[in-house]
Amino acid sequence: MTGKKLKLGLYWAASCGGCEIAVLEIAEKILKVIELADIVFWPCVTDFKYDDVRRYPDGYIDVCLWNGGIRNSEAEEIAHLLRKKSKVLVAYGSCSHLGGIPALANLYTKDDIFERVYITTESTDNLQGVYPQEKFEAKEGELHLPRFYERVLRLKDIVDVDYFMPGCPPTVKQTWTVIEAIASGNLPPKGSIIGAGNKSVCDECPFEKKTEGVRIERFKRPHLEMPDLTPKPELKNKPQCLLEQGFICMGSATRSGCDAQCLHANLPCRGCYGPAEGVEDQGAKIASAIGSLIDSQGDPDRAAHIASQIEDPVGTFYRFALSNSILKGKITHKI
Amino acid sequence: MKRITIDPVTRLEGHGKIEIFLDDKGNVENAYFQVPELRGFEKFAEGRPVEEMPRITPRICGVCPEAHLMASAKACDAVYGIELPPTAKKLRELQYSAFFLGDHTTHFYALGAPDFVLGPDAPKEERNIIGVIKKVGVEIGSQVIKTRRECHEVAQILGGKPIHPISAIPGGMSKGLNKEERDRIEKIAKDGVEFGKFTQKIFEDVVLKNKAYVDTILSDTYTFPTYYMGLVDENNCVNFYDGKVRVVDPEGKEHCKYSPNEYREFIAEHVEPWSYLKFPYLKKIGWKGFVSGKESGVYQATPLSRLNAADKMATPLAQAEYEKMYKTLGEKPVKNNLAMHWARIIELLYAAERMLELIRDPDITGSTYRVLPTKTPSEGVGIVEAPRGTLTHHYWTDEKGIVKKANLIVGTTNNHASICMSIKKAAQGVIKAGKPITDGLLNMVEMAFRSYDPCYGCATHSLPGEMPLEVVIYDKDKNIVKKLSR
Repeated sequence: MTGKKLKLGLYWAASCGGCEIAVLEIAEKILKVIELADIVFWPCVTDFKYDDVRRYPDGYIDVCLWNGGIRNSEAEEIAHLLRKKSKVLVAYGSCSHLGGIPALANLYTKDDIFERVYITTESTDNLQGVYPQEKFEAKEGELHLPRFYERVLRLKDIVDVDYFMPGCPPTVKQTWTVIEAIASGNLPPKGSIIGAGNKSVCDECPFEKKTEGVRIERFKRPHLEMPDLTPKPELKNKPQCLLEQGFICMGSATRSGCDAQCLHANLPCRGCYGPAEGVEDQGAKIASAIGSLIDSQGDPDRAAHIASQIEDPVGTFYRFALSNSILKGKITHKI
Repeated sequence: MKRITIDPVTRLEGHGKIEIFLDDKGNVENAYFQVPELRGFEKFAEGRPVEEMPRITPRICGVCPEAHLMASAKACDAVYGIELPPTAKKLRELQYSAFFLGDHTTHFYALGAPDFVLGPDAPKEERNIIGVIKKVGVEIGSQVIKTRRECHEVAQILGGKPIHPISAIPGGMSKGLNKEERDRIEKIAKDGVEFGKFTQKIFEDVVLKNKAYVDTILSDTYTFPTYYMGLVDENNCVNFYDGKVRVVDPEGKEHCKYSPNEYREFIAEHVEPWSYLKFPYLKKIGWKGFVSGKESGVYQATPLSRLNAADKMATPLAQAEYEKMYKTLGEKPVKNNLAMHWARIIELLYAAERMLELIRDPDITGSTYRVLPTKTPSEGVGIVEAPRGTLTHHYWTDEKGIVKKANLIVGTTNNHASICMSIKKAAQGVIKAGKPITDGLLNMVEMAFRSYDPCYGCATHSLPGEMPLEVVIYDKDKNIVKKLSR
């Protein structure tokens, strides 16, 4: 502690609120946070407003935790504002870090989305084809809505970001570790990933790889077949790796730090902690890992046949990281 | 014409905005409640393997991820025509009951209680959960935090993760419950029932024994008739996890009772150009605009509407409180929107009692916690009650189980029209020509929609008991004549 109370800000953009809950789930410790820091902007908890933030001197907020991707014009505007007002800006959670689940929308255009939501959904009754408007002239006055963007962007696509904290949501334990690091001024170099490990999920996994001689002949879907959960003496009394059993698992391409919670529930990893240390593109990494496991027997046709059993590779390999991918999303000519 | 803008309404997801237009005399002409957010889950569900939907859709809402998890898993079961084994069904309902207990606890104590325990026009610095604790005792604060923490512990045990749990899958659960975990949850459930009883007593002492509050609940400002929706079991008892959707009219007569796969016969959604959120209504009555009464298709799907739409509660302690509420308020259905707080704590008690029943059921530690699909997938609907309203997931897949189309009608969305109407009515009730617009008055406008616990955001876990507001009043030429902020 430096003696002076920290000024902390939190903000949400295109997110679900789960990151906010993750911060509050530190439960009794939240009172400790209030001891260590003054919260100067947190729309869900305090009554400071955009105008209050605009009045703060630049750099007034010591640390701002931002969750949510950039889905519309309002989020972009506030990102610029909070960047200016914050000494340290942290992308907190998968959405601000990588785009998150809402970035799966990047596989479609804005028009596709609007047409489905407001016109063709089976329960929608909208024969006049009414769409929400950025500017609407009601009889009493003009009403405004933020502009919905063509793509979901990461926070770092809009502003300079100091740290990235992965997870959907980040675990409570990791959140507390980061809050303590912030409070003690003990942060790593700018640009670092914080609140996570530096290995892969496999490092924390309750399943164990056999590695030697393992080849996948057939891919399995997690609801259609039971995983083998029997502990194997030759595998340190753990059951065999789910990927080796043929279930697509993102663990080996994904950063550690989550305690492999999904694997403990007998389900494969979906990659919310983002690319593992040293990995640029999470989907490319898992594709290559899977490729090396396919039992091709030197026959490209056989390899292609086995690989074709993987359903929705893009939506699975980039479940949380489409905005972060080389692929980005559907090619469109619109801006 | 003057205009009052409440922006951002920060305890809503994103930044809900309220625009209040005054007429030339200074009375309320109209009010708009706008939802400026859209993410488009209904579109990007397309192309995903259906078994991934229970892992994707909880991200619609981090406040009520269990509701989406369960509705989605049930829709997947229906897509494959799976009948769940008893252990699987009971584990899901157990997890869901724990979730309801935690969620209702936070809303009542952190959000609802400050208005009643301290009063709607108490100084704003005091009108929050800290103020509540000061007034009724530190013990309560620690009870609330403990109950919430333990409900998340149950989500971790049964769901695999405390936030965005995952273990409900097509065909059941991905893991079972062992004896040690069973014993731990039984202890949590027992404490939950005690906490539920204690909560009724707080409500009795603080609210019901204070005539001014009871008068506020009964006042015209917070009262109008609509249809009421809720999920019921085969005995027409409130059920959160399973059953048929029943809708009663403003007189309490059954309008319809439908199975999940029939929802489109009864529900349709209207679009307005000034909000990203749609407005569901009863199809057989039709969309008649933002009007109340039997001739309008507007309905509510809230804790109160669930109680209104049912005949009784399935557990004894909750049933006693249910009878007491209708006796005290003197009619059924109850149309006073502030009674939603009362209904919510009756549900809280029911959730705890149900949890205890389920954890003591011998099936709960059974080994058949999932079955494998055998039929060709096609189409399915899953419905549960989210804390904030009936939640419908509908998926169409190809023969490999890849989603071709998805349709979602989400908890709070059901209440969108009714929330708009509540805001307008409350604004009309408290903002009058020539009367200064004070903080206390604005809080009374907020109370109108706070009772819905709207899940546009983290309403459920806020520390202070008040909504940050900025009110700007414009004259006819849009010059600012007054600016209030707090």
